[in-house]
Amino acid sequence: MAHLAPTPVLEPGQDKTMILNMGPQHPSTHGVLRVLLEIDGETIVRIMPDIGYLHTGIEKTCEAKFYQQVVPLTDRIDYLCPLTNNLCYVLAVEKLLGLEIPPKAQWLRVLMNELTRINSHLVWLGTHAMDIGAMTVFLYCFREREDILRLFEMVSGQRMMTSYFRVGGIALEPPIGFFDKVRDFANRFPACVDEYENLLTENPIWVMRTKGVATITEKDALALGASGPTLRGSGVDFDLRRDMPYSGYENFKFKVPVATEGDVFARYLCRVQEMRESIAMVRQALDGMPEGPIKADAPKVVLPDREKMKTQMEALIYHFKIITEGFAVPEGEVYQAVESPRGEMGYYVVSDGTAKPYRVHMRSACLANMQTLPKMCEGRLIADVVAAIGSIDIVLGEIDR
Amino acid sequence: MPLAPPVTDLEQLKNHPAVARLLAWNSGAVEGVKFDRDEMTVYVDRSSLRGACILLRDDAGCPFNFLSDVTCVDRFPSEPRFEVVYHLLSIPKKERVRLKVRLNGDGPAVESVTSVWPAANYFEREVFDLFGVRFTGHPYLRRLLMPEDWEGHPLRKDYPVEGYR
Repeated sequence: MAHLAPTPVLEPGQDKTMILNMGPQHPSTHGVLRVLLEIDGETIVRIMPDIGYLHTGIEKTCEAKFYQQVVPLTDRIDYLCPLTNNLCYVLAVEKLLGLEIPPKAQWLRVLMNELTRINSHLVWLGTHAMDIGAMTVFLYCFREREDILRLFEMVSGQRMMTSYFRVGGIALEPPIGFFDKVRDFANRFPACVDEYENLLTENPIWVMRTKGVATITEKDALALGASGPTLRGSGVDFDLRRDMPYSGYENFKFKVPVATEGDVFARYLCRVQEMRESIAMVRQALDGMPEGPIKADAPKVVLPDREKMKTQMEALIYHFKIITEGFAVPEGEVYQAVESPRGEMGYYVVSDGTAKPYRVHMRSACLANMQTLPKMCEGRLIADVVAAIGSIDIVLGEIDR
Repeated sequence: MPLAPPVTDLEQLKNHPAVARLLAWNSGAVEGVKFDRDEMTVYVDRSSLRGACILLRDDAGCPFNFLSDVTCVDRFPSEPRFEVVYHLLSIPKKERVRLKVRLNGDGPAVESVTSVWPAANYFEREVFDLFGVRFTGHPYLRRLLMPEDWEGHPLRKDYPVEGYR
């Protein structure tokens, strides 16, 4: 690993500054982010993130898999919101195929996605608060996160790497009792958010550590490609779910929280409000859940039901063909973007007409968001770097892929 | 819904905001267009890419003020081998457009757009790292994901999936 050798990226510019290495095993860098800091006393002169420690070549691996086999890989990109990645990828392939997805599948996808958003925000809030020194919030957040993970386990058999969505629909009907469990959680959760807010929002220590810290202007955030709460915290009212709806989001009513200050506290408020909106959307999804099939009517793409496979010859043949040869996707290219908990998650899928994708590229929201780090931190104190890194909510798996 | 065949006729697509703007500026810059699956692709001449980006960013009617993504597709062994792909988003108009530049296999290079959108910095470094496409005028063109001393560019099609052993 050449990474182990000191990368000559930053030389002290002046005699009075020094270079400080932070990470990749630093607990507050959320994984394996390495940051090089040029400091003058406690003040940051320059900051340079060094990434790639978690690069596993997922984009290359995708080119050697059938379209369906890519879904589990997408989980592993962003392990805090696997279902958002699943959704983005299957939407892209469905767009390539021209598939129509039945309403029930779309609503279930929205339901699962909003639960994922809450799950991801809970991990963010817990770890971010712990970085800054509020230990209790972490325990509370992970208590609720556990409930969500149990819901994921109910539908998909997996707590984290769910791979629940399929090209053309959803893998399985949710089990009996699932919706009751979700409703129970949705009823309980708003009080939990109040609890977190009681601990933080008006806590003087929290406010001092976050208000006016790591500020970024609207202009800079846009130019640097920031998206999601990082962009909305700086006053840009843009959310892909509302402004360029996908997967039936146009049927849902929700507010997009926006703050104008552009500091750590503004991003905190945006995300906490998003959790409240998400749980409201989960409730809407439960109330309005349509009846009907959960898979598209496309026998050459979607695996047949188990029952049919055992009774109908044709279904058995299709099953065998899809498993062994995959399905061919018409030539073309598609860029599909969804609003992940971190911002604009985009999949660019190129097909050459065969059963394997010619190219899969993931537009990582974190990678772009991380470019705002120097603007946020330069001229500030080292302790603020920790707050800034927490506030842009990075997941290194997604950055490095 | 059955797929509509892609439209590649420039005459039919010249009213799209991005295409109209580019044609009015320099008709030689547009090498081709494609409208497929509700997505607009404009093939831009390599030498006018940066100019085209500035134009689209500053367009009063439909400002493409957000660079979503820069990536690359390797068409090995056909020539021109590389397609550098830019996904532009207009946040006020909620409109997307895809710009493409075709590059030859030997010494692929294109002008950097970091001066237009600073967001391109990491995206272009990633393309350089994984495809070996050079971006002239980039302030810091070094490997981003792979180790500094890595040989070869892994996402090229002539690079084996399991790597060289």
